[in-house]
Amino acid sequence: MKRHLLEAGDLDRADATLVLDTAAQIEQALAGREVKKLPTLRGRTVVNLFFEDSTRTRISFELAAKRLSADVINFSAKGSSVSKGESLKDTALTLEAMGADGIVVRHGASGAPHRLAHWVRGSVVNAGDGTHEHPTQALLDAYTIRQRLGRLDGVRVAVVGDVLHSRVARSNVWLLSTLGAEVTLVAPPTLLPVGVGSWPVTVSYDLDAVLPKADVVMMLRVQAERMNASFFPSAREYSRRYGLDAHRMAALPDDAIVMHPGPMNRGMEIAAEVADSARSTIVDQVGNGVSVRMAVLYLLLGGAPE
Amino acid sequence: MTERPAPSSELSAPPTPAQPAALLTADDVARVVDRIAHQLIEKAGDSLADLVLVGIPTRGAPLARRLAARVESFSQQPVEVGTVDITLYRDDLRLRGVRALEDTRLPEAGIDGRLVVLVDDVLFSGRSVRAALDALRDLGRPRAVQLAVLVDRGHRELPIRADYVGKNVPTARSQKVEVHLAEIDGLDEVLVTGGDR
Repeated sequence: MKRHLLEAGDLDRADATLVLDTAAQIEQALAGREVKKLPTLRGRTVVNLFFEDSTRTRISFELAAKRLSADVINFSAKGSSVSKGESLKDTALTLEAMGADGIVVRHGASGAPHRLAHWVRGSVVNAGDGTHEHPTQALLDAYTIRQRLGRLDGVRVAVVGDVLHSRVARSNVWLLSTLGAEVTLVAPPTLLPVGVGSWPVTVSYDLDAVLPKADVVMMLRVQAERMNASFFPSAREYSRRYGLDAHRMAALPDDAIVMHPGPMNRGMEIAAEVADSARSTIVDQVGNGVSVRMAVLYLLLGGAPE
Repeated sequence: MTERPAPSSELSAPPTPAQPAALLTADDVARVVDRIAHQLIEKAGDSLADLVLVGIPTRGAPLARRLAARVESFSQQPVEVGTVDITLYRDDLRLRGVRALEDTRLPEAGIDGRLVVLVDDVLFSGRSVRAALDALRDLGRPRAVQLAVLVDRGHRELPIRADYVGKNVPTARSQKVEVHLAEIDGLDEVLVTGGDR
């Protein structure tokens, strides 16, 4: 494994499989235990450096680090020296001086974790940067697919919605294709990135045509906060053409699953009855996130510092 | 007057490594497991019903299963088996790097109040056993914990000893003791390799 986890491309097939296997073993080892804590990262310090709002990812990383007995420092831009104008580099050097072994970073600017990785000695884990990548989300999605369907090789995954702004979609495209899944992106043309032709994916504009041939449907959040131009005429029209409702869900093969990285816009990209159905893995994804992040932290921080 | 070819002399042998000496053959391993099974039954007495054999992966796990099968067949009582992966409890991760994890499975009834016998292939520094004791502490509160090993090679770094030992083998620190088990390696044998004998 590389020292940092900055993008899904940092993991080759063996590494990615090692992360998923490790997560499965950790989940098994902790299942049904009263003491859900392992001593593995005792004495190590993990800094959660969040320049962007996040609830589930930050809590998930915090819980993962604490379950491995690491000391956790939460640092959010609000109410910190960043709001006084401190630069990313100075913040990084401050954390470095405090002896952070691992830095989990979320930043609004694509590529910020890469910059950070050049300035610090510890391992950097990208917890979402701009519209670039969110590799641990892709890992937990792959873990959830493997858990439900028993395999990843040859699994047909439809990623539906705002691909343009979605770091989750980008990370999933690269990780899933590394692991042998076949990815189809389904989105209005305005919500597909320019370079999509060079990605290892098939592109479709017609959700109804894709659903009967999908083992997994991954619905992306419509990111209203990133919409600085009108990418579709109205929320209603988007929902009618690209939203997953019960009627559309019925077109899926029998054992197909529905995923969503959260937070959901119920009634927009996903209907409440779909989100709460037996096919939905949305709650599993949250739980699996902790196991997968424990695996990542163990594999990056558990060994010898280089 | 020997029918076997004379063993090549240490002096005349070319500087290629000599065939590693088999410390225990497959038959020896079977005998040792049987003996430990008998000792377990004798020592456990009435608490045999509470017995849980917990293997330390990799090779302690199949060893625990074998031992359980022998105890069952000698005592006509069912014996429960489990495994505890100790990787996340090791104190040498920083020195030796991370490694893939293995199974942790315990009986449904857990280990609270029971007689747990840890099973491992080789007892060396004692650090694996310490890690296993730490793991057990997080998994429950056994009435007592004992240790059974196939080979005790000495060089303890911690105050730990085995309750059941298949074979005591004085070794040099530089030597390696390799345990091969049919379930993992295709055959049963214990070899001592390397170092100056």
